[in-house]
Amino acid sequence: MATLAGAPGALTIERPDGQPVHVGPVDAFALETRAKRLASRSVKRESKRAGLLLATTCIDLTTLEGGDTPGKVRALCARATRPDPDDLTVPPVAAVCVYPALVAVAREALQGTSVRVASVAGSFPAGQASIDERLHEIRAAVADGADEIDIVLNRNALLAGRLEVVRDEVAASKEACGHAHLKTILETGELGSYEMIRRASFIAMAAGSDMIKTSTGKLPSAATPPVALCMAEAIRDFEQQTGEAVGLKLAGGIRRSKQALGYLAIIAETLGTRWLTPERFRLGASSLLNDIVLQLRFQTTGRYGRPGDLPVD
Amino acid sequence: MTTARSQTGTGENLAETFSEYVPSVEARDIVSIKPRYGLLIGGEEREPLQGGAFATIEPSSGDHLAEISEGTQADVDEAVAAARGAFEAGWRDLAPRVRAKYIFRLARLIQDRARELAVLESIDGGKPIRESRDIDIPLSAAHFFYHAGWADKLEYAVPGMRTAPLGVMGQIIPWNFPVLMAAWKMAPALACGNTVVLKPAETTSLTALLLGEIVQEADLPPGVLNIVTGAGETGAALAAHPGVDKVAFTGSTAVGKKIARQVAGTGRRLTLELGGKGAHVVFDDAALDQAIEGIVDAIFFNQGHVCCAGSRLLVQEGIADHLLGRLKQRMELLRVGDPLDKNTDVGAINSHAQLQRITEFVEGAESEGCAIHQSGAPLPERGFWFRPTLVTGLGGSERIAREEVFGPVLTVQTFRTEAEAVAKANATRYGLSAGVWTEKGSRILWMTQRLKAGVVWANTFNQFDAASPFGGVRESGFGREGGRQGLEEYLQLEPAAK
Repeated sequence: MATLAGAPGALTIERPDGQPVHVGPVDAFALETRAKRLASRSVKRESKRAGLLLATTCIDLTTLEGGDTPGKVRALCARATRPDPDDLTVPPVAAVCVYPALVAVAREALQGTSVRVASVAGSFPAGQASIDERLHEIRAAVADGADEIDIVLNRNALLAGRLEVVRDEVAASKEACGHAHLKTILETGELGSYEMIRRASFIAMAAGSDMIKTSTGKLPSAATPPVALCMAEAIRDFEQQTGEAVGLKLAGGIRRSKQALGYLAIIAETLGTRWLTPERFRLGASSLLNDIVLQLRFQTTGRYGRPGDLPVD
Repeated sequence: MTTARSQTGTGENLAETFSEYVPSVEARDIVSIKPRYGLLIGGEEREPLQGGAFATIEPSSGDHLAEISEGTQADVDEAVAAARGAFEAGWRDLAPRVRAKYIFRLARLIQDRARELAVLESIDGGKPIRESRDIDIPLSAAHFFYHAGWADKLEYAVPGMRTAPLGVMGQIIPWNFPVLMAAWKMAPALACGNTVVLKPAETTSLTALLLGEIVQEADLPPGVLNIVTGAGETGAALAAHPGVDKVAFTGSTAVGKKIARQVAGTGRRLTLELGGKGAHVVFDDAALDQAIEGIVDAIFFNQGHVCCAGSRLLVQEGIADHLLGRLKQRMELLRVGDPLDKNTDVGAINSHAQLQRITEFVEGAESEGCAIHQSGAPLPERGFWFRPTLVTGLGGSERIAREEVFGPVLTVQTFRTEAEAVAKANATRYGLSAGVWTEKGSRILWMTQRLKAGVVWANTFNQFDAASPFGGVRESGFGREGGRQGLEEYLQLEPAAK
């Protein structure tokens, strides 16, 4: 299905229904220049407050540790629904993201709230398991009550050039999700070039992902402004060809409000403000939320609060 | 949109409020502008001998900023005499490492006062603070650092040649990059042991005068740098002065030709960096989003007041419609307005005269049958502004396709083959810059060998470095600035004794 002909960018990918999508090239230097400039937009006062509130509603509050327990997940869920216990005007986050074994705990804790339950599945983070095992894990997480599933793309197959395998696995995962939303993690830190990130974005989108996501958060190299811009441009080009709007989730290393505002600027000026909704944009993070709360408190009171004043989980 | 989804009203409002970016204005109070400025001659600020003055105004408001002295022939005589005195009294014979020390000191002082220089540059010239802060001033400091390093290594600059300074340099600079052009000219001149008489452009004297202040602060010997402000006549007096050993001019081709005639046959040296009509060639395999960024940077950087601007877009026919559609969308994102707002992408046109000139060009193109597309950016009420503009439907013979507009105006033509792209790109009397966008490396090399331009950028545009020589061919001038080649323009070369 994938043809490699002519220039590096002349790759076409067939969607499961047979419709081809054209990938097209990307060039590192101008991409990085543009990303740096967008990420350093000077966002102040009302725009900053709006951006911080918006970022809050787009957070997938995440815990993916070997030591996660029901108690920790319940504390996380409490923080997700009431990010600032002293200011109930701060809206809840988009979702809580946990390992499959803890989906049921999160489901129960979030009953009756707007916060969705997301689960990684499909042999997170490496994806080095048989497709049957991975699909089984997805189905189990959905059965336990997950609204959203974050899978990892098969980098083994992608980097070896077996693009059909990558596409077919994502398509099978989408089917296994049923009503749940599928986010596909590219793990950009392992892909080696913007060309490969763009290619992986197109494969994941062509196979039916509802959202494409940068990273697992388990590698030192994760979301960066140029990676976010590269994927946002791929999403825009995919929409132009197919009419379908795919979401973007940035994850890994996003800890500060300023970073979040920079990413919002990249989205706003590449995909437009219609992408700045939790349906189409997410920030996967854990420590970012408390930094936003402190920034919002500063906006309200004019004083910087202490990080120790906020609940942790 | 096949996957329309519900959006909450508040969410949408938050997104709009965020993406408006409320003004984030760099404070002006770091600069203090005097009501009136004198000339800098022999290390002292002096009134001009015949007392004339003219106003410098802020392009973003039209407000009066200060009175600038108008130097005349008598002042130029004094300045040249002061420069000659400083040259002969010691700058020429100073130990090279001591000269280097002075130039390093200048570079560091420029860094120390970078914010002040950037704010003043944006106030007096109209360019966005993002550009003056991130490009003009850091690059100026870099030129001083680079040339300071050369000052005690000149014997290695040109293999087999002994070097000596030339004497008094008459340097005339334009209004588009006031500090940067002063740096490009002063740094190599001083490093090579010459002394300088600098004539800034009449609309942008303030930062040159601040540089003069910095030179004083750096304790350079009096007379090593002299500044004579004024308009065209002042510049003409300097260019024609028999006491000047070399004239270095950056500006229009018309004035450059006049200077070339004046200098011809006098034995005095000359370098000219003149106008341009840079071609920007985009092939159908290029990375489109990045090519669009390159096109935008090439023509809308500094409101298009750039001699090496990529002002003629040549796009391969098959992708022309698609690319232009994308470019128009991108142009809508350009924020035109207050130069001191950190989010401004396109600032004010430098002067009322320049605004008129640009307007005439675009109106002329329209009457010649071209299609004009402008971004919808709201413009401030006061000051001089021009919207980012695209001109299509050209035959190639229109005035706007051939002459330098020096504004945010891009002409678009299509081509079918490499050979046609080269022929169209070279169909100009200028030859300063060109750009090529393609994924194919061999095509870049093929094009670069054939494009008649002093600099060709591949898959980027407007990249500058102190170590990289810059200059033109044909009616874009001769001589190079920057790099080892740039040094040679400020040195007397003699074969070294065996």
